[in-house]
Amino acid sequence: MDAGLTTDSHDRGGPRQPLLIARDLRKHFPVKGSGKSVQAVDGVTFSVGKGETLGVVGESGCGKSTLARLLLHLVKPDAGELVFDGDPVGVSGGIAIDGLRRQVQMVFQDSYSSLNPRMPIRDSVAFGPFVQGKKKNEARHLAREMLSKVGLNPDLFGPRYPHELSGGQKQRVNIARALATGPRMVILDEPVSALDKSIEAQVLNLLRALKRQFNLTYVFISHDLNVVQYISDRVLVMYLGRVVEIGPIDAIFERPFHPYTRALLASRPSMDPARRVEEPPITGDPPNPINPPAGCRFHTRCPFAERVCETMNPTLGAGEGLHSHVAACHIHDPRAGHSRYGSA
Amino acid sequence: MTDTIVLDGPREEFEEQAPPATRVRGYWQSVFYRLRHDPVTLVFAAIVLAIVVAAICAPLIAPFGPYKESIVGRLKPFGWRGHLLGTDELGRDMLSRLIYGGRVSLLMGVVPVLIASLTGGMLGVVGGFAGGRTNTVIMRTMDVFYAFPSVLLAVAIAGAMGGGMANGMLALTLVFIPPMCRVAETATTQIRALDFIEAARATGAGTATIIRYHVLGNVLGPVFIYASSLISVSILLASGLSFLGLGVRPPVPDWGLMLSTLRQSIYIVPLVCALPGLAIFITSICCNLVSDGLRAAMDVRM
Repeated sequence: MDAGLTTDSHDRGGPRQPLLIARDLRKHFPVKGSGKSVQAVDGVTFSVGKGETLGVVGESGCGKSTLARLLLHLVKPDAGELVFDGDPVGVSGGIAIDGLRRQVQMVFQDSYSSLNPRMPIRDSVAFGPFVQGKKKNEARHLAREMLSKVGLNPDLFGPRYPHELSGGQKQRVNIARALATGPRMVILDEPVSALDKSIEAQVLNLLRALKRQFNLTYVFISHDLNVVQYISDRVLVMYLGRVVEIGPIDAIFERPFHPYTRALLASRPSMDPARRVEEPPITGDPPNPINPPAGCRFHTRCPFAERVCETMNPTLGAGEGLHSHVAACHIHDPRAGHSRYGSA
Repeated sequence: MTDTIVLDGPREEFEEQAPPATRVRGYWQSVFYRLRHDPVTLVFAAIVLAIVVAAICAPLIAPFGPYKESIVGRLKPFGWRGHLLGTDELGRDMLSRLIYGGRVSLLMGVVPVLIASLTGGMLGVVGGFAGGRTNTVIMRTMDVFYAFPSVLLAVAIAGAMGGGMANGMLALTLVFIPPMCRVAETATTQIRALDFIEAARATGAGTATIIRYHVLGNVLGPVFIYASSLISVSILLASGLSFLGLGVRPPVPDWGLMLSTLRQSIYIVPLVCALPGLAIFITSICCNLVSDGLRAAMDVRM
């Protein structure tokens, strides 16, 4: 995966420099009339290495999609900074937001609403390059190329309208559209969750192949753990707007640190009839993000919650380098004084 | 229109290179295809077309001049001395005046709607896309006009500015801007929330580019359909203004005005007096039915 990176002409910091660093990203949506706000993303810090796929998992409403939009500045962050390949985004001396959008693209979950219903799909694909300064002919040529790259015959599908395509075909068009501007990084916001299982596999394999072909870096957002396990190199687990655990895929799936990650993994249906999942490992709904619990946000549902969890906010351990496995849990923090320290 | 929006050059090239295996139609092509298979709409569209052509070619078609009076031939019934539809209170040929009257009535029907669609539509798109305070200012201003019944508003504006055709048209335009604006605003607000707008923004496209390529095409349909239904309303309102003496001035032939002046003679030649009303009725109902047909044909998901 790292081998191809040296050929990338846009690469500036070398393969060891993270492609994207998000530091303390924060987005609170004000709730009209109440003076309160929904803390959709609350201090999220992580890095994405070049050429890797970072999976982002979490329950509905935990801020995954807001995070995706923050990474592209589609939603303006309240606080925090983004660093793209060494360049701070949107500040003088760094790269402009437009510059970021030339290098990062997004594939949306809803393949239907993410295509203009009144535009033939070849024009939808050509729109990005056209906006970024390509001549109409070049843009159209590129669109043809991209459509065939995602497995759609441009002569047959190019002039069609989105309603004439199936969900899987539309999602292929969305992928072609995202890749048409030649991005280095693609944010995939639940790209396969609206698709049939068989189509899902096709699209996932297509994404893998395209990643290899174009030296892409993915941020793959999903609530489906199996999909994330299949496609990701590293995983970031979110809960109520915060990162609770981040680490390499094998480490997280084999030895999860955080009780929430364990609960998530345990909630997967067992494939072994002899080892049925008898009880739901996690109960209740996540707390209201308008008024999140103090201290550790998971303490209201955590089986190991103690006093310290209710008062002190656990921090994500520093870890060494990009591939360390860290969790924001007092059980793993010797200074917190949690009675179960070291037991898990 | 929308299918040629981004890349309007080498489309033909495609079709020459490799004809698609299945027949693929563009948006407007499929609209026309559906219209062709809708006989009701076609018939009424033909009637509207006939009325329009008659109005345009009035000097060629009309058997008499619209102002040619006759003292002896006043208020005569159908077919009197070559006057196929009789004569009015000054002995002018009804058929000729109806044909000429179509010019004014159709103009009063189409022009205000056209201007209102452009201005109201633009206001609505801008307000809907900008959202927030801009939208509130625009839409609340429009709401002020909603407080008055449209007929009353038209009468008040035309009355304040004095009669005449130009002022009548202006009054009607002002009446139609608020509903037009609301239709465009609603459509834009719906479109704006969809992911493809966000995707366009993610490519770095500016607001103007997004509106031009992604919003207008989607707003055009609803605005066009609504505008076509307003034409009949406009014809009726214009007739009403003329009837009240606030639109066209005599002796210019206009359906509303003719109805107004002939109403005193309703007991003498009732059928002749009803003719202008019939013309208004036929034109507006045909416009309405054609607009209904268009609405059905323009629905993409069929």
